[in-house]
Amino acid sequence: MTAVKLYPPRPDKVYLFGTCLIDMLYPEAGLDSLRLLEREGIEVIYPQDQTCCGQPAYTSGYHSEAREVARAQLDLFPGPWPIIVPSGSCGGMMRTHYPDLFAGTEDEAKATELASRVFELTEFLVHVCHLTLDDRGAPEKVAMHTSCSARREMGLADTGPALLQRLGHVELVEQERASECCGFGGTFAVRHPEVSGAMVEDKSRALEAAGADHFVTSDCGCLMNIGGRLAHRDSSLKGEHIASYLWRRTS
Amino acid sequence: MNQPVQTFTPQAFHQQAHAALENPQIRANFRKAMDGLMGKRREAFSDWDLETLRQLGANIRLRALSKLPDLLEQLEANCEANGIRVHWAENGEQACAMITEICQQHGASSVIKGKSMVSEEMHLNAHLEQAGIEALESDLGEYLVQLNEQTPSHIIMPAIHLNTDEISDIMHDRTGTERTRDVDAMTAAARAQLRERFMAADVGVSGVNFAVAETGTLCLVENEGNGRMTTTAPPVHIAVTGIEKVVEHLADVAPLYALLTRSATGQHVTTYFNMISSPRKAGEHDGPKEVHLVLVDSGRSRIYQDDELLDTLRCIRCGACMNHCPVYTRVGGHTYGTTYPGPIGAILMPHLMGLEATKDLPSASSLCGACGEVCPVKIPIPDLLVRLRREAVGDGVGNVPGAGVKRSRKEVAAWKSWQWLATHPNAWRGASLIAGSFRGLAPSHLGPWTEYRTAPKPAKSSLHTLIKRHRKEQDS
Repeated sequence: MTAVKLYPPRPDKVYLFGTCLIDMLYPEAGLDSLRLLEREGIEVIYPQDQTCCGQPAYTSGYHSEAREVARAQLDLFPGPWPIIVPSGSCGGMMRTHYPDLFAGTEDEAKATELASRVFELTEFLVHVCHLTLDDRGAPEKVAMHTSCSARREMGLADTGPALLQRLGHVELVEQERASECCGFGGTFAVRHPEVSGAMVEDKSRALEAAGADHFVTSDCGCLMNIGGRLAHRDSSLKGEHIASYLWRRTS
Repeated sequence: MNQPVQTFTPQAFHQQAHAALENPQIRANFRKAMDGLMGKRREAFSDWDLETLRQLGANIRLRALSKLPDLLEQLEANCEANGIRVHWAENGEQACAMITEICQQHGASSVIKGKSMVSEEMHLNAHLEQAGIEALESDLGEYLVQLNEQTPSHIIMPAIHLNTDEISDIMHDRTGTERTRDVDAMTAAARAQLRERFMAADVGVSGVNFAVAETGTLCLVENEGNGRMTTTAPPVHIAVTGIEKVVEHLADVAPLYALLTRSATGQHVTTYFNMISSPRKAGEHDGPKEVHLVLVDSGRSRIYQDDELLDTLRCIRCGACMNHCPVYTRVGGHTYGTTYPGPIGAILMPHLMGLEATKDLPSASSLCGACGEVCPVKIPIPDLLVRLRREAVGDGVGNVPGAGVKRSRKEVAAWKSWQWLATHPNAWRGASLIAGSFRGLAPSHLGPWTEYRTAPKPAKSSLHTLIKRHRKEQDS
């Protein structure tokens, strides 16, 4: 859905927008994102005043609340450097919806400019860093669940799997109906718990059936949902954010 | 038997979803059917530049909508010039009354129907029955649904919720057909049963896929020949459609048709494509003596007033959004309790029925975007779902009937608190510090979430803290 993006050359500096879910529940994923970028010789600036992109309120229909929260992020990235977001869903919010959210307000130009500097982490590692990986882990099979926002809103169905394929000892296996939603959808999981529950059950069964030793995702919403479902029924299959997986196997 | 039995309502979405999810037969029927339809669509577009074609389709629909009032007048003038009588109905009730009146003028006691979702939308069969006129559905799926006293569960495949055994039972119980698993035998039986009725019907009622303004032509897409029989065998043909179905040029039809059939069923062409341009002319031996076109508004012109919601009217009714929707696939069409189910239903029905009745539909989506990705005319369905959510929880000053119906003080207060926290970075960091310190006390039960999943636990240290620590280590 996204237009073809022309990627810039590798910068010296980037900003990291850690996302609220990573901040509070999966901070290691954020730190591992930072480590991966630093290892590429890129200075990573993490503005300490960042909180949330505003998406939860936006998709629930509370746009003025979402706008105020988004506005609080607009001034945190004043330099010309790319803003790296280790989440397709928050990245999609900032890249696609910020310009709409601020349309007609005095911050429209600022929001649009910021949106143009937003990159999802795997997108940045593949298309800008041209990352190479030296896999030090034991041979194993891994499955990837790409979030719907990364896949459809940001058009990044391939960047996550592309990184996994650069790990020499890892075999990427694909689950049945890989492109189908895991059923998270933010407040959808709470407003329609039974439908969401049926979706995440199907997704977790498909991941198990793929014969993966491990699954990774690039979005912590999906991770919380699928991982939570698997843990709920004491499955041995565990998941983690792709940044942590890549860092763990190559450090 | 002909009355559409409304056992499903949008107000009962949650209960109906629960029942569907607990029904393994429904689950299996839809999963299998939707998997098949997705595969066929993919295959059908495999050697096409799909993005270019979708953009072309979107542009054709947008151009038609941008000139809608003019095109409707042009359509009317050209139809009338062709001998097709045009009627305007503000709502479904008016349309039903008009159709009933035309039937009564001809002393009709029986109507044969081709597939028409607009006629479902206005419960035409029930209205006709009240006037003592029997309406029989002739599309095979519609016929089965009618025999079973149900409503369609899909806009293209009305009986997709039924499997072979269930169909065999229905045919046996309602028509005395011998029980069989042989699909061809059942189809042949239905064909024989319907054949008589086409010949005996006083009036044929059909829908319209595309109404061409420049030529006054009504296009009808179908596979069974029942559309052609309906529109040619009885002495009177009444076509009924929503005002948004108009296209400007005859040349606009080809790309839309190519998109429609491939998106809907994965067919390159349908078995029948009818172009109806006039009643029987002098010297012709067949065709109806009268053709009527009933153009129904039913809330569409209200949608038309809003630049964003307007996109809803681009729809060409292919059903691809349902076929690809993970929610529709799980709960089936009846769960929505509306004439149009699935994603298109969730963005259209609030306008037709009001948000009060349909408030659970726009939220019944994970916003995964599969619908928008496959829509042949590029309707931004996820954006429209968000828009309707906004209308539902907003201050009630919206373009949608029932706006503000979901607004609750409690929820507004919760979002305002969240807003305060997320706009005060010190408080935000403090909150995650507290959450991390007391993570042992974090609840293991979080309402509906933990019925299916473990509860997420706050991390000991937030990312803010971890990065500060990381910097210190780097500096030392």
